[in-house]
Amino acid sequence: MQLFIDVGRYCRLIYEAIRSSTEVGMYRKNIISEMIKTGFDSLPIIILAGFFTGAVMTIQTSYQLVAGFIPPSTIGAIVSQSLLIELAAVISALVLAGRVGARIATELGTMAVSEQIDALESMGFNSVTFLVMPRVLAGVLMFPVIWVAAVVSGMVGGLLAGILTGTLPVADFMLGARQVFSPADVSFGVIKSFVFGYIITSISCYKGYFATGGAEGVGQATTQAAVLSCIYILVADFVLAFLLL
Amino acid sequence: MIEIKNLTKSFGSNLVWSDVSLTIEDGETLAVIGKSGSGKSVLMKHLNVLLYPDSGEVLIDDMNVFEIRYARLRKLRQRFGVLFQGAALFDSISAHENVAFPLRFFSELNEKQIHERVMECLELVNLSDIGNKSPAELSGGMRKRIGVARAIVMEPEYLLYDEPTSGLDPQTSDEINDLIINMADTLDITSIVITHDMHSVLRVADKVAFLDKQILSWYGTLDELRNSDHKELNAFIRASEYTI
Repeated sequence: MQLFIDVGRYCRLIYEAIRSSTEVGMYRKNIISEMIKTGFDSLPIIILAGFFTGAVMTIQTSYQLVAGFIPPSTIGAIVSQSLLIELAAVISALVLAGRVGARIATELGTMAVSEQIDALESMGFNSVTFLVMPRVLAGVLMFPVIWVAAVVSGMVGGLLAGILTGTLPVADFMLGARQVFSPADVSFGVIKSFVFGYIITSISCYKGYFATGGAEGVGQATTQAAVLSCIYILVADFVLAFLLL
Repeated sequence: MIEIKNLTKSFGSNLVWSDVSLTIEDGETLAVIGKSGSGKSVLMKHLNVLLYPDSGEVLIDDMNVFEIRYARLRKLRQRFGVLFQGAALFDSISAHENVAFPLRFFSELNEKQIHERVMECLELVNLSDIGNKSPAELSGGMRKRIGVARAIVMEPEYLLYDEPTSGLDPQTSDEINDLIINMADTLDITSIVITHDMHSVLRVADKVAFLDKQILSWYGTLDELRNSDHKELNAFIRASEYTI
């Protein structure tokens, strides 16, 4: 029964956010502020995560492909394509489910339990337009940027790991990456990042907006936002792979 | 004038109150009293439609507020100023910006005019020297004053106070009571005060509504309150350690 209530309330919240997007101009400052918090402020952790993912991927692939008849460029092909179609999007989404999702759920949850959302409504604001729409829009718009940062830092990490371990020269890495590159892979990665951005921000907004029960309630909302975001990212990852690859 | 007619509210299977009817005349101050959990704040949140009832009406200028569309409802809500129990100030902006907040979105005023209007309201609540302090840097009493300044900045017709003196020392409570009286006199505003502080009731109220046992148990003027032989009401007043 609670599941149906949750789904109904979530759908209504998102419908209200979409319906009220005509007021987007009124809240452009909020949207820009959220884009900075969600996107640019997340870049350091994303670059770090992407860099080490690429580096580890190169080392592990080199270790697994020890047979002499496999050309080293294959490692570059595997690493670059894996980053494009899977790892950059999923790793950055899982990292941001904690960073962005927890922040959104905590912010909105605190506002909900301290009656700040009621205060907004009582002043004549549409609180969904003011709080939810900018955050979801910022997530959807900024996650592709984050994905690009993750891919680029992953490639750099992979390249450097290849050089430092002496397993993969730069030329071979680049050759492999070029051989398997397909614009469809880029589209796939971008679509994933849009979807993951939507999942993280919308679930976190929902959990925060309807938080009740003081500090404990905010804590629960934050935890649930992060956990549910991770679960739905993995489910969506499977569904998208099934549908698009 | 606000007319509450046969209002009934429950959360799930828990009845909050039923068949509540009362009238709030323009310019008067109504105090709604009752024990914790008697649904005083719930009643207040029906006036500006933050909550919807199971049945009944709230009429403002003969218009049932529960039947109007959301766009019009937002306009209606701007006729109310609300001081929430914890003041509900926005933590991320300064106290000054909290007061300016509705003006930035719902008025045509320029920056200079907004500043002047904010300072005017801050002076009314005796906090004109607040500067750029954040809500976290303010005492409970100051937060409530800023909450009042924010509530009046759009020049509302009705002011709703939810437990304005709760958690405050007696001296600060008195200052808030003076502020409520001052707002009603200066701005000729209709006030609804949700409280269980009998000292506050006797200072500020013209009429009193007593919620008890899930009904509007008693409703009358201060003089009628003083002469009432209503058993539960008198017990509530005695429990407040207050003699009238």
